Amino acid sequence: MHTPIHSQPGDIDPGPWLLRLEHVSKRFGGVQALDDIAFNVRPGEVLCLAGENGCGKSTLIKTVSGVHAPEPGAVMQWDGQDMLGIDPARARELGIQVIWQDLALFPEMSVAENIAFERNLGRRPRLVKTAAMRAQAAEILDSLGVNIDLDARVASLSIANRQLVAIARALIANARLVFMDEPTASLSRHETEALIDIVRRLSAQGIAVVFVSHRLAEVLDICSRVTVLRDGCYVGTYSTEGMTQSRLTELMTGRQFDYRTRPAPTGDGEPRLSVRGLTRQGEYRDIDLDIRPGEIVGLTGRLGAGRTELALSLFGMRRPERGQILLDGRPLRMTSNRDAIRAGIAYVSEDRLSLGLVQQQAIADNIAITVLGRLLNRAGLLSPRRQTGLVADWIRRLKVKVGSPQDPVSSLSGGNQQRIVLAKWLATEPRLLILDSPTVGVDVGARAGIFEIVAELAAQGMAILLISDETPEVYFNADRVLHMRDGRLVESFIPAHTELERIEEAVHA
Amino acid sequence: MRKFLPRLGSTELWLIAVIAVICGGLALTTDTFLTLVNLLDLLNYSAVNVIFAAGLLVVLVAGGIDISFAVAASVVQYLVATTLLSLGGGGWVLGFALSIGFGALLGAFNAALIHHFRIISIVVTIATFNLFFGLLMFFTDGVSIYNLPDWLVERVVLFEHETANGWAELTLPVAVMAVVVLATWLLLRRLNLGRQLFAMGDNPEAARRLGIGIAKMHYLAYGWLGACAGIAGLMQMHYAQEVVPNALYGRELDVLAAVVLGGARLGGGRGTLLGAVLGLALIAITQNGLNLLGISPYAFRMIVGAIILIAICMSGETLDVLRTRLARRRAAPRQEVLS
Amino acid sequence: MSPSVISRLMNPAGSKSPAAGELAGMGIVLGVLVVSFSLLSDRFLTGATFDSIAFQLPELGLLALAMLIPLLSGGLNLAITFSANFSALVMAWVVGWLGGPEAGMSGILLGMLAALLSGALIGWALGAIVAYTGAHPILASLAMMIFLRGLGEFLTRGGSVSGFPDALVGLGQGTWLGIPVPLLVFAACAALWALILNRTRLGFSIYMLGSNTEATRYSGISTRRALTLVYVLSGVMCAVAGIIMTSRFNSVRVGHGEAYLLITVLACFLGRVDPFGGFGRVAPVVMALIILQVISSGLNLLGTNQHLATALWGGILIAVMVVRYLWGRLRDRRRRRR
Repeated sequence: MHTPIHSQPGDIDPGPWLLRLEHVSKRFGGVQALDDIAFNVRPGEVLCLAGENGCGKSTLIKTVSGVHAPEPGAVMQWDGQDMLGIDPARARELGIQVIWQDLALFPEMSVAENIAFERNLGRRPRLVKTAAMRAQAAEILDSLGVNIDLDARVASLSIANRQLVAIARALIANARLVFMDEPTASLSRHETEALIDIVRRLSAQGIAVVFVSHRLAEVLDICSRVTVLRDGCYVGTYSTEGMTQSRLTELMTGRQFDYRTRPAPTGDGEPRLSVRGLTRQGEYRDIDLDIRPGEIVGLTGRLGAGRTELALSLFGMRRPERGQILLDGRPLRMTSNRDAIRAGIAYVSEDRLSLGLVQQQAIADNIAITVLGRLLNRAGLLSPRRQTGLVADWIRRLKVKVGSPQDPVSSLSGGNQQRIVLAKWLATEPRLLILDSPTVGVDVGARAGIFEIVAELAAQGMAILLISDETPEVYFNADRVLHMRDGRLVESFIPAHTELERIEEAVHA
Repeated sequence: MRKFLPRLGSTELWLIAVIAVICGGLALTTDTFLTLVNLLDLLNYSAVNVIFAAGLLVVLVAGGIDISFAVAASVVQYLVATTLLSLGGGGWVLGFALSIGFGALLGAFNAALIHHFRIISIVVTIATFNLFFGLLMFFTDGVSIYNLPDWLVERVVLFEHETANGWAELTLPVAVMAVVVLATWLLLRRLNLGRQLFAMGDNPEAARRLGIGIAKMHYLAYGWLGACAGIAGLMQMHYAQEVVPNALYGRELDVLAAVVLGGARLGGGRGTLLGAVLGLALIAITQNGLNLLGISPYAFRMIVGAIILIAICMSGETLDVLRTRLARRRAAPRQEVLS
Repeated sequence: MSPSVISRLMNPAGSKSPAAGELAGMGIVLGVLVVSFSLLSDRFLTGATFDSIAFQLPELGLLALAMLIPLLSGGLNLAITFSANFSALVMAWVVGWLGGPEAGMSGILLGMLAALLSGALIGWALGAIVAYTGAHPILASLAMMIFLRGLGEFLTRGGSVSGFPDALVGLGQGTWLGIPVPLLVFAACAALWALILNRTRLGFSIYMLGSNTEATRYSGISTRRALTLVYVLSGVMCAVAGIIMTSRFNSVRVGHGEAYLLITVLACFLGRVDPFGGFGRVAPVVMALIILQVISSGLNLLGTNQHLATALWGGILIAVMVVRYLWGRLRDRRRRRR
């Protein structure tokens, strides 16, 4: 058994902390993002900050880097000196660098300028030293072992290259503590290994690294200690010595998961969706895919493997160049997603914030948007009464916790927002439901609820395509798992007959 | 082509091509267009607009917009003229100092409202547009000032040359324009503060996390535009030899159209001085050419508007979209058969 | 959570629902204005003042309606005044062709129809450019404005066109049951706009795409078609404004009403239209228009010129935005303390 090596960070040897936080809390409006957090980092150590999405990791990083100020009563020390009230500029002076999860790059600027933007900072006017910036950027990219055109606009780079630029930017400064928030999310194995080498090198130079990653194997491999947060609260700090992935998952989620895979599919019945030889240049090639009614097919692979592009083609928003899409045996010709919706296809976007919902607008309007045609009265005008009825019905059926249906969607938690997304699509009575990373930004308890709904929909005979880069998610929730790499479907697994590790190995290799 | 002009964006290349075609056409159809006299006149005439454009570009790059600058320039003209008259004349140094000072002050007023009260720039500047113009007209009763100090209305010729078509002259506003453009280029391309402005326009949240002083950036951008507007007002006063309260009214939209046509992105982060100047040049050359061709002045705006509309429809981005679509269609000849 | 906090900070205009509160606040402002003007001038609370407001409000009001829908869609239409002028010119030509001052009722109606059609056509062209090329509405409509002004000036040689039948002039200057006809037209148009925005699929889509075009498109709304229609509606309303202006002055001149352009934007912002799009209603905008017109007429009675009113309009918008910001902060602080 693992008991925390120091559930109260003060308990263990009071080594010379580089960073010492206690009683750090942060509220946004009515949401308690951080609640009495303790967090300590020693010079030169590699520490993992672990927790599910929305547990407060990013808020904690922003608080340490001066973007947010903590609520009164917090203790924040740097090298034993009080560091409360710092701003981002001061945090950088202290030597705190962050590789942000959203990268926080400047898309219109060149790679070199993004990496060496450090040199442009400061409140005094100063000349820009282009040559020096380029040289410095080239040097750091070299040490990372990557080759990116220094003059390319960042907007034109692939996601993986953007991530490397963000990493390079954080490493260029004289850092003493580097936060890495999901730095490997879209990197290849080779690039990840180069990064891990760098982390070890930094550590050897006495630079501390706080590593945030949902790839637990990676975490256990490079970190000496792990601090776990859950729902904005401090859970504990543990040595990684002898720690297992499942134990860490349990600490992060706060419950014992008796995950069971779905039973092996029986494999009879005509397919609801058939895809044959679907190809779109530079995105995906020769895709063959069948989904039967009542079947949940998982699709996994690394970021940028072409999963979302394929989904958008099935949803009529990206025209394939070759191949066929058949729904219930009938070929579909779609010029827009309206054709797809009419045919009975629904698509839950991976990007709930900017594509899935109109965040600023009312919950009621976000549910009604897909079925406006059904809300017309005899005069052809929208009937508020019908809309109210429809909305109340779906809020009840999906058990969404809302104050008023007139509140903006943005006032809801991630899990409830995702239920609104499901509601708006289920209202169209789809025959094929495509779920693209449906649990991004949804906390653990709410995830289970969403998958309960999905399983029920499958039981009612809906065909479901579940896309996710969280391998366990597809493993435990799909009947079959397809692995996509570089635009091709390369492997197929039946979770009931396969070990999870085997699939993870295949995906991250 | 790209290889030899690596620093030019597609918008600039496109504008250069269009301007080259128009110039070529005018050179062939008129015998006056390609003369030193005409080209220098074009420069003398455009100097004020270029000064405005340089200032506006700074604000656009930083992610804002300003509707009030032309009216602010009129206000500055009045303030400067009355101050100079009450001081009994003054000189160029005082004139510039007052113009820059008053202009920057009006710009800072916009910046203060935008930054401290979180009102977005278009709301603020539409309000200050009305505020400035209303107050100006109210206090001046729409009366012009003609008795400007002598040094201000005397033409300053920096270069003259007699040609077969008459005297070719280069006047003070062109030199001032060159200085303003150079200074703005220095700010935007060569100074760290300018790069911070770009960063703020490109990704404000990232800029904030990097510790860029957002307040300072707002004051810098709107103050710079205000100062440019002040200088432009002074030059316009010098060029026109009078102060008419509504002389610059409406100029803001013409300049805005030209700068955005030149590739500055509304929303920030993208824009070049060259593009802004080319946008203005396209419009100025078109007007000049129509004039030389003897076309009714009433048709000028129509043709200029049509050219901008066509340019929008054929802008680099639209062309890119069409090109990729065509390429995809060509790559997929069998799709019709299969599906 | 934090994005919503930020969006609320950035966007104090708030949601559609607390309409009553908005209107009440603006009603108080209006009441204060009316009381102070009537204290300052005993000629303020008279039928003459009402008449001057009732005849002036519709011109600005119709143009403000034409600006409102593009603003809700997250855009802007800077071509409204010249679209109005140009549509009016089309009407003038058709009426002139059908007999000028002697044209019959059918001639007038045909002229109006032609004006509405040309307004729609202009709007369609602008909307198509905005929706299909991705050009920023400010740039596209600015270019359209320059083009229309030039086209109008070219065709009229900068002069004005006059000579309309009496019946048309009656539309602009007459009354019906004691109420000025332009005011009735404005009221009808405002009601139509409210109906379109609140009760049609198009209106629904405009609000949604005004907040987030991509998310709306992903929900199966044809956002390009809706965006095109936004400018068609705007163009039609411009044509109505052009007809009313023509009938009031019995002539058409390109450039007439030019100064209204930015005032319409100001009125919309004052009427709590979100500058980012997605939020705003007809009633508060109408209220804002009445406030602006009362200021203008009141100051006129006090013997100052229109320019002080213009300055005051700008000042009031700034004051209102500052108060909204401070009020929002106060509320946040109180909520935090709880």
